[in-house]
Amino acid sequence: MLSRIVITGVGLTSPNGNTIQEYRNNLLGGIAGVQLIDMRYMGKVPAGVCSFDTKKYQSRKELRVGTRAGSIAIYAAHEAILNAGIALESIDKTRVGVYVGTTEHGNVETENEVYNISKFDYDTRYWTHHHNPRTVANNPAGEITINMGITGPHYTIGAACAAGNAGLIQAVQMLRLGEVDLALAGGVSESIQSFGIFAGFKSQGALGSHDDVSKASRPFDKSRNGIVVSEGGAIYTLERLEDAKARDAKILGEIIGYRINSDASDYVLPNPERQAECMHAALKNAGLSANDVDLVNTHATSTPQGDIQECKAIETVFGSSPKTYINNTKSFIGHAMGAAGALELAGNLPSFQDNIIHPTINIEELDSECALKNLVINEPLKVDAVKVILNNSFGMLGINSALIVQKFEN
Amino acid sequence: MTKDQVKQIVIDIINEIAPDEDTSDLKGAINLREQMDLDSMDFLDIVMELRKQHGIEVPEADYPELASLDSCANYLTPKFNDK
Repeated sequence: MLSRIVITGVGLTSPNGNTIQEYRNNLLGGIAGVQLIDMRYMGKVPAGVCSFDTKKYQSRKELRVGTRAGSIAIYAAHEAILNAGIALESIDKTRVGVYVGTTEHGNVETENEVYNISKFDYDTRYWTHHHNPRTVANNPAGEITINMGITGPHYTIGAACAAGNAGLIQAVQMLRLGEVDLALAGGVSESIQSFGIFAGFKSQGALGSHDDVSKASRPFDKSRNGIVVSEGGAIYTLERLEDAKARDAKILGEIIGYRINSDASDYVLPNPERQAECMHAALKNAGLSANDVDLVNTHATSTPQGDIQECKAIETVFGSSPKTYINNTKSFIGHAMGAAGALELAGNLPSFQDNIIHPTINIEELDSECALKNLVINEPLKVDAVKVILNNSFGMLGINSALIVQKFEN
Repeated sequence: MTKDQVKQIVIDIINEIAPDEDTSDLKGAINLREQMDLDSMDFLDIVMELRKQHGIEVPEADYPELASLDSCANYLTPKFNDK
């Protein structure tokens, strides 16, 4: 019998909120968090920027030496511990695992250093010795352990834009294996500091824009034209149910099923058949049927093709489920890349308590190819009950993930 | 350039790389690491900033010369004056 794994805390920073309460309020209030930023070599581009207090949990020296991804991860991890009511000094830190999903890591620092040495005629004597510790793939998870004195395992999970879910799934598995007693897990993204990410999407014809920047990210709208890249992070505390109960923790939800699969078909283009298989397998893993799901968070990133493909997959799985509602968070905050799955779940978790489904916003004209019948559009929807959420997160190279979280009831 | 000016250059660099440290009352003869929370990476930063900001090279074999403000001044002042 596998251990039951529950969520007992969440910490986050998103472009429209630095606590789960602020974030949720803005999702219900229709407040987006996208702005124009100056991008090296490119000029103004839309992006989701976080404005958390970086000095709340880090010294100025830590901030100077570390990375933005590390800083986001540290902030979210501390906030999660606080939210969980865990006294960090009183727990066995050898039994804490840190599992952080990332889309990519190292681009920011490498681009910065190439720019730096360009000012010195590309003399590599001016290349910083901080480059390697900043760019190793485990950096954001490792920075959490250094900052918090955690001596259990840490690593990042590279899973493109499915990484937020992948971080949580890794934590579930490690808790079930008994490798750790407490997991700090989720996803982070610092991608808005990398011009290469933006330029790559631009070259691909997938960088979103709009005269009103707050509408640049508009999944399912007929005029959508691409992704808005965002930074952010969400880290959860996960525990085995018996441990959470033993310390009388408040339980925000139970992870009851998941699946990660691969398209095996294209580097970039999604595959609705594999996405549907992923959702079906997650449902099977949870022991549920599609009808049992109250809310599906879509991955839809506001690209012309990708949104249609996901809608096809969702229609395949949930087309005959009259009480399954569909929403999207990227319409508010853009695409937080490796943080997306974890942040989007955090935006929906409070619906277990308030029974409100936040909408997908910025739809002026719904694309007929995305017209899922229970898509919650522009205004929040009060429903009888939200008890099961399926959280989709997909990524390049054809990685799909679906995580199922259930309201906890004794 | 005087030794005091060189000391101030080193203090200015330390203020950049270790912004949490109080450098207002550093003792010249005492090792910097005994007075502040500096690690080996910080000393590499000092070497890098001397190179970037002042064109001063400190070969690895000479890193011990940067141990205190006084030793920094003794070692670096001729380099500044020879530029």
